[in-house]
Amino acid sequence: MMASIAGSSVSTPGDALIGLADIGKTFGQVKALSGINFAFERGECVGVAGHNGAGKSTLMAILAGVYAPDHGMLSVDGHPVKHYDANAAREAGVRCVFQELSLCANLSIAENMCILHPELKGRAWRRKATALMVEQLDAIFPGHNLKGHELVADLTLTQRQMVEIARGFTVVTSPVKLVILDEPTSSLDAHTAEQLLVFIRAAAGRGTTCILISHMLGEIERVADRVLVMRDGMAAAVLPREALEQDAIVRAMGQHVEVESKSKTTGRLQRNAGDFTWHVGPPTSKRSTISATRGEIVCFAGLAGQGQTEALLAIYRGSTRRGAKERVAFVAGDRADDGVFPLWSISENLVIRWLYGSPNGRRRRLLVDAAGVRGLVQDWRTKIGIRGAATSAGILSLSGGNQQKVLFARALASDADLILMDDPTRGVDIGTKRDIYELVRSEASNGRTFIWYTTENDELAYCDRAYVFRSGRVTRVLYADECNEEALLAASFEEQAA
Amino acid sequence: MTPAMGTMRNLRLRALLPVFSLVVILVPIFILQPATFSYFGLGLLLNLAVPIVFATLAQLAVITVNDLDLSIGSFVSLAACIGATLLVRAPWLGVAALIACVLLYAAIGALIEYRSIPSIVVTLGLSFVWTGLAVLLLPSPGGTSPEWLSGLMTFQTPLVAAPIVWSVVIALVGHVLLMRSSAGVRVRAAGGNPRAMSRFGWSMVKSRAILYGVAGVFGVLSGLSLLGLTTSADSNLALRYTLLSIAAVILGGGEFIGGRVSVWGAVLGSITLTVAASFLAFLNISPDWQVGMQGAILIAVLSLRVLLQRSGARK
Repeated sequence: MMASIAGSSVSTPGDALIGLADIGKTFGQVKALSGINFAFERGECVGVAGHNGAGKSTLMAILAGVYAPDHGMLSVDGHPVKHYDANAAREAGVRCVFQELSLCANLSIAENMCILHPELKGRAWRRKATALMVEQLDAIFPGHNLKGHELVADLTLTQRQMVEIARGFTVVTSPVKLVILDEPTSSLDAHTAEQLLVFIRAAAGRGTTCILISHMLGEIERVADRVLVMRDGMAAAVLPREALEQDAIVRAMGQHVEVESKSKTTGRLQRNAGDFTWHVGPPTSKRSTISATRGEIVCFAGLAGQGQTEALLAIYRGSTRRGAKERVAFVAGDRADDGVFPLWSISENLVIRWLYGSPNGRRRRLLVDAAGVRGLVQDWRTKIGIRGAATSAGILSLSGGNQQKVLFARALASDADLILMDDPTRGVDIGTKRDIYELVRSEASNGRTFIWYTTENDELAYCDRAYVFRSGRVTRVLYADECNEEALLAASFEEQAA
Repeated sequence: MTPAMGTMRNLRLRALLPVFSLVVILVPIFILQPATFSYFGLGLLLNLAVPIVFATLAQLAVITVNDLDLSIGSFVSLAACIGATLLVRAPWLGVAALIACVLLYAAIGALIEYRSIPSIVVTLGLSFVWTGLAVLLLPSPGGTSPEWLSGLMTFQTPLVAAPIVWSVVIALVGHVLLMRSSAGVRVRAAGGNPRAMSRFGWSMVKSRAILYGVAGVFGVLSGLSLLGLTTSADSNLALRYTLLSIAAVILGGGEFIGGRVSVWGAVLGSITLTVAASFLAFLNISPDWQVGMQGAILIAVLSLRVLLQRSGARK
């Protein structure tokens, strides 16, 4: 269809500012990047697109020298560089504006220049830093109202983003040749985002290469000379200026993997419209309504971090209030941080939610019903297939996938009729995923309701209804028959039409 | 009022809090004992301030990188014991021992970063090591202060009492080094956003080692100045400095995490805590209650700060 694999469109390596040759990177078991070939030319603006986990940020971190690639070679001005680290990147003139800002909140705007520029030292460094910073802010965001001595902690998120961007373009002695902008407009308002896009075009015209990563495909369409589309850690396509259309980008991003169409379970319980209804979203704007019926699997989809977890937590808070009629359990996705109790045994981790349950007067009992616990744990161990260690062993002796099964069992063994899942199959192998999907389906047909935040588009095949989130709000509702990857991508990337 | 002006005003209020709490303690003292408002009165009142100021700055250096040093009290005692024994008997050996202590401190900082172990655990363990070494050097209280040291600490400055001059000089030097110099800004950045620092190619091991080394230097200076004042040492001489120094840093507007510290505030905080002890004595409060009362003062000031923060957040 479009220009095939990236390597084919690379021009002669001599002209390239930065060349990537067969770059690969793995984190543990996960292959984040493999076989990336690309050359960044002088004075061009390259857009980078791809869905979550496609490897965009990892590739940019390698360019910025944060990670060393496991495989392949970077070259600067045509010369291969052996040890490409942050200092080598700085010398090559590569700057990065990170998505999750890299400012120090305890320092002033001018003082934050120090981190980027080791050359700033000696007498009057502060005056110089302030002047450079304000000059750059003036150039990019005219009318910014910042003076340079403000503490970053006192700035709004938009102002911080402006400072981070402007800092990336400042020059003390080493020149700026390539600036990576990772989601720079995510916290800018329309006006400042516009100023930035104009500036990027102008900078490219002056010979500074810019790399723009954005989920706003319209922005990429406007400023980019070429677009690198990434998918599953590989360069899926490079679209030239002429072929730049949002549709083409979306098509290139999609995984054209046939998700085996699951015949939806037919014997579900009769649905009453809206057994559960919630209102979520930022309180300042129009709130979105989420509804679910008993026995339904509702997915929260969209790009990562668009407010899905917040919505889940809001639902959880609402359901744990005194007097709430539904009983709720939560399956955490971030196992290490808010899932397991690392010092407890497998069985203790499994039964903790069950112990909170109210039936059989368990709550009123003073002591734990040891026999009941044993029975329950054995029951679930065989049911969900926890393999690897005795139930009295520490939870950490299990593999990650099995730990996640324990967390599932914790929620499913409880009396909850509403189960919230926060991207629960993150970093879980495919076999475990299948087990989990089956379990979710069978429990749903028993009348339990699942609300499932997922970043894996394949999982949409299991849901009855999907809410697509964008900036904390639901922008689209997809029903079972339209839940496929293409529709989802289109919904997640479409500009805020509503 | 615009929000920006509101936060500015709040910032200034917060910066003034250490001054305010010092004044609140000092004024009643001057009223109760007018004699203290004189060259000699202030000299006596603030007699023990200098070692506490040094110990506070040592703690401040460690708190800058989001750590806590629970061994500073015993380290100061060890430095005083080295000063009272080795430094008198074999000056070169004494100097070498003190330098070794500082280097050891820096190495501990590097180790804490390198192995990512909690500083509290490491320094708590080390506090026993320091005390043990001090006991080995000086099994029973005693020793003597080197002549030059006592001379330096009892030196009478013209016009303004010596402890005040010392404190101002120390605060000024500390402020320029940590708050104004570009190197100081970079080590504070290590406390503010360590991830960003390592992303831009700065070594966190180096930053921590430098700050712990600085803490070691200030710890040694604290021990020596204490020895100069007391003219004899003891392995338990300065154990209370550990908590006193943490309290002084926090009183001065510092925060446990995020690299937000203030050198001027910390110096004022340590002076406030020094004076608070005398204040309670002037009120005829029995020594049994004084520690508790010091705690009460601390709680009052910190509550005030939280209130200021809350009102800032609401805007």
